[in-house]
Amino acid sequence: MSVATGWVKDFQHRYKSQLESALYFWSYLRRNTLSVIGILVIFVFILVAAFGPYFAPYNPVKGETSDRLQGPSAEHWFGTDQLGRDIFSRVIHGARVSLRIAMIVAVIAGTVGTVVGVTSGYFGALVDDLLMRVTDMFFAFPKLVLAMAVAAALGPDLENVIFAIAIASWPVYARLARGEALAVREEDYIEAIRALGAGRMRILFLHVLPMCITPIIIQVTLDMGFIILTAAGLGFIGFGAQPPTPEWGIMIAEGRNFITSQWWLSTFPGLAILVTVLGFNLLGDGLRDVLDPRLTR
Amino acid sequence: MAEQMFDTVSSPILEVRDLFVNFYTYRGVVRALNGVNLTIGRGEIVGLVGETGCGKSVTARSVLRLIRYPGKIEGGQILFEGQDLLALSEREMREFRGRQISMIMQEPKVSLNPAFTIGAQIAESIAIHDYKPLDDAQTEAIEILRTVRIADPEQVAHQYPHELSGGMAQRAMLAMMLAPRPKLLIADEPTSALDVTIQAQILNLMTELVEQIEASILLITHDLGVVAETCDKVAVMYAGNVVEYGTTEEVLTNPAHPYTRGLLRALPNLARQGPLYTIRGSVPDLVDPPAGCRFHPRCEYAMSECAVERPDLLTVKQGHFAACVLYEEGRDGIPDAAHDELPANVWANPDASATVGEQS
Amino acid sequence: MSRLLQVRNLKKHFPIGGGLFRDPTDFVKAVDGVSFDIEPGEVFGVVGESGCGKTTLARSLLRLIEPTGGSVSLNGDNILEWQGSDKKRIYRHMQIVFQDPYSSLHPRKLVKDIVSEGLVIHGLAERSEVRERVLDMLQRVGLNEEHLFRYPHEFSGGQRQRIALARALVLHPQLILLDEPTSALDVSVQSKILNLLVELKEEFGLTYLIISHDLSVMQYVCDRIGVMYLGKLVEVGQTEDLFAVPKHPYTKSLIDSIPSLDPRVRRERIILEGDVPSPINPPSGCSFRTRCPYADKHCTEVEPPLEAIRDRWVACHYPLEE
Repeated sequence: MSVATGWVKDFQHRYKSQLESALYFWSYLRRNTLSVIGILVIFVFILVAAFGPYFAPYNPVKGETSDRLQGPSAEHWFGTDQLGRDIFSRVIHGARVSLRIAMIVAVIAGTVGTVVGVTSGYFGALVDDLLMRVTDMFFAFPKLVLAMAVAAALGPDLENVIFAIAIASWPVYARLARGEALAVREEDYIEAIRALGAGRMRILFLHVLPMCITPIIIQVTLDMGFIILTAAGLGFIGFGAQPPTPEWGIMIAEGRNFITSQWWLSTFPGLAILVTVLGFNLLGDGLRDVLDPRLTR
Repeated sequence: MAEQMFDTVSSPILEVRDLFVNFYTYRGVVRALNGVNLTIGRGEIVGLVGETGCGKSVTARSVLRLIRYPGKIEGGQILFEGQDLLALSEREMREFRGRQISMIMQEPKVSLNPAFTIGAQIAESIAIHDYKPLDDAQTEAIEILRTVRIADPEQVAHQYPHELSGGMAQRAMLAMMLAPRPKLLIADEPTSALDVTIQAQILNLMTELVEQIEASILLITHDLGVVAETCDKVAVMYAGNVVEYGTTEEVLTNPAHPYTRGLLRALPNLARQGPLYTIRGSVPDLVDPPAGCRFHPRCEYAMSECAVERPDLLTVKQGHFAACVLYEEGRDGIPDAAHDELPANVWANPDASATVGEQS
Repeated sequence: MSRLLQVRNLKKHFPIGGGLFRDPTDFVKAVDGVSFDIEPGEVFGVVGESGCGKTTLARSLLRLIEPTGGSVSLNGDNILEWQGSDKKRIYRHMQIVFQDPYSSLHPRKLVKDIVSEGLVIHGLAERSEVRERVLDMLQRVGLNEEHLFRYPHEFSGGQRQRIALARALVLHPQLILLDEPTSALDVSVQSKILNLLVELKEEFGLTYLIISHDLSVMQYVCDRIGVMYLGKLVEVGQTEDLFAVPKHPYTKSLIDSIPSLDPRVRRERIILEGDVPSPINPPSGCSFRTRCPYADKHCTEVEPPLEAIRDRWVACHYPLEE
């Protein structure tokens, strides 16, 4: 048999196997109406964040002063703010800001937490003691306070917000990954890899780590809402992104002076936060039900 | 249906007639039991043997009506002293569980509650079934532990399940299950998790105790050796059917069904050399089982009619039945000579082994 | 004749109750001075009940856990002294197949990756050769091309054990340790795997060390058997000989407790009373004396050494006669 046909066959077999597991996964997820709603919401959120800014009807930072504080209308769907900026456009641009924060925080905190946790759990003993005491130190502060303190110390800036939230979030993942790694390292299949002569780093990163990722993914999805919420909170109190960035937290803060008369200033960014956070939570719960065998049935 | 089989036992304690059980899974409907027939006489020890997934545990659980979603009993009868258990309400059924029919499981430590002492658990089961005050029940519990030959029952009564060895825990389990003097004990792989030396102790103890209270045993196992040592009769299951039923001696020395025969030949034994016999193919997926006789794709005697209709349990000899068309009237069945190489016969006749080795 | 494996006085004691600044309060003597030889091409079996230390023995031999003492010589070289990258070499020569094929294969890896892992670790094959080598090995254990890209959960127990065998064989080891290779399998699957083991042994010129509690399997596959009780070998001998005339009372009771398949013969037999004692505080003298029908005062005081009676080794003050 020629190498080429072998490759084609392999591709078909590999594809088939993975398609089957994907279908299996989907057949379970599909049964849960709420998680399907979550998926739809997140899908729309990502679409808006990715392409929305190209279709937004107005410039999000420059408004017409003549148009200030107008209520929702056919021209300005969500109305305009005190500087005459279109709130609909600002909410759409805000989605991109929020998604960016959420994604970067999730990747940084998820990676750092997983690596620290897996290393701690797999090596155990002194390494474990050391790493876990460091994690404990982070746990000693409430997450939001810690993020606030870091953001305040570094100065108000979007990058610093990301960094601050990541610092406050990783210990959760470290604990989770450590717990998984502790269980996985005792499994026969890990011993089997050791018996093939694999080094510790190989076992840790190629064999233990992949088994610990599932709960991390679930937790990260569940935390996405919290991250967006924290970012908005920091923006609201002025420790986060700075005006005129179209960030949902800032928008709510700016609108609060007008809340009794011009309700739309704060309400629409608020709704955006609500829907997005809810979407992530629904999806996270759904994923947990499907992926975490301890909770299913 | 296998009327002749039921006629062989005059006053049965349990008859399972044409039992169908399905499991509704996402992969499709698993046809787990496909018309199981079984009978147990008073005081008899009947072995139910078969490989993983053949439905032996499902049969046992059906008798106690412990099949839960996604499983469902689809048809048939389970007659306990002539009364159909499937027709009872859940409340009436509770009267039978534990009191008339008890069950012990493979992993005694999992079946016992880790949070309570052994003594407390036995006492509780006595208190529930005999409506006795708990204090009396506790002293009785110690007596019961003594009957299962636990050396210092007072101490063991105060221990928790994790403090006991597997053998001890299984003794305690036996004590607990036999305390209400049931008429039928269902033992689901009671010794599979134990070592051979402990296995022998437990099996001896179990048969002895059951004899004392004149109960019957349905012994579920995958180990034909255990059957040979303890059972009066044996039913062999394959893919959701009882394919052979008869006295242990008959079935093990003169197996009638090709599957039983294959299984016995596949066992390594002290007197054999050369490669072991293997049954071709593998166990079917019960979502899509073969039509007709479920064994026919693997059977060396299969004929075209085997793929059409599920064979009934037919008489091989008085008291010996096989679900195989080879035993229809006018047919000869498997020739007797084919049985020389079976482990039981090799043991009895060591000279035969040499030729057997060369043939295979 | 040259020894392939020479094990001398191997010990593995697990500390219990110790901590960073505390000495352990006690030791579990899981393997306590085991010695035996394995010759090339031989099938050597170690039988014993659960908790007798046979699994610890297997893991110590491969240094999956570091032995506390003794020596393990492979072709005359003490592998317990191999350090660093040398240690990795052990696994090219010795491989292991675990008892439970449901837990010994990584659930998230494709069969191809599971089987090729050893080749990659030891750098034994070019990238382009890997697929071919893996496929070749799969075919020899009775699987085929379409199984390359499947996950372990798609296979039956017997097939998984074949994958585990392929994973070990791909390194072309001299010695394979089989830890209860068929005890998780059904009878009809067991016979296929046992036949396969015999075939592979011929084909690759392998030597096996089999660990099991199943005597009927052991007598079928093993040339020689060692009987283990509480961390020690109590009897070693040629299989047929050992089964015909066991000299240690424990061996005899083990053989007696194999259920006979002939219901017409319900044999007279020694059924041992009681449980295996704890390996933390094994009985003084002979460790079997608490369950032995022949034990006397001498047995409680003096531990019997493993001594040769012709080509049989027995650790008993009063070995059974024929």
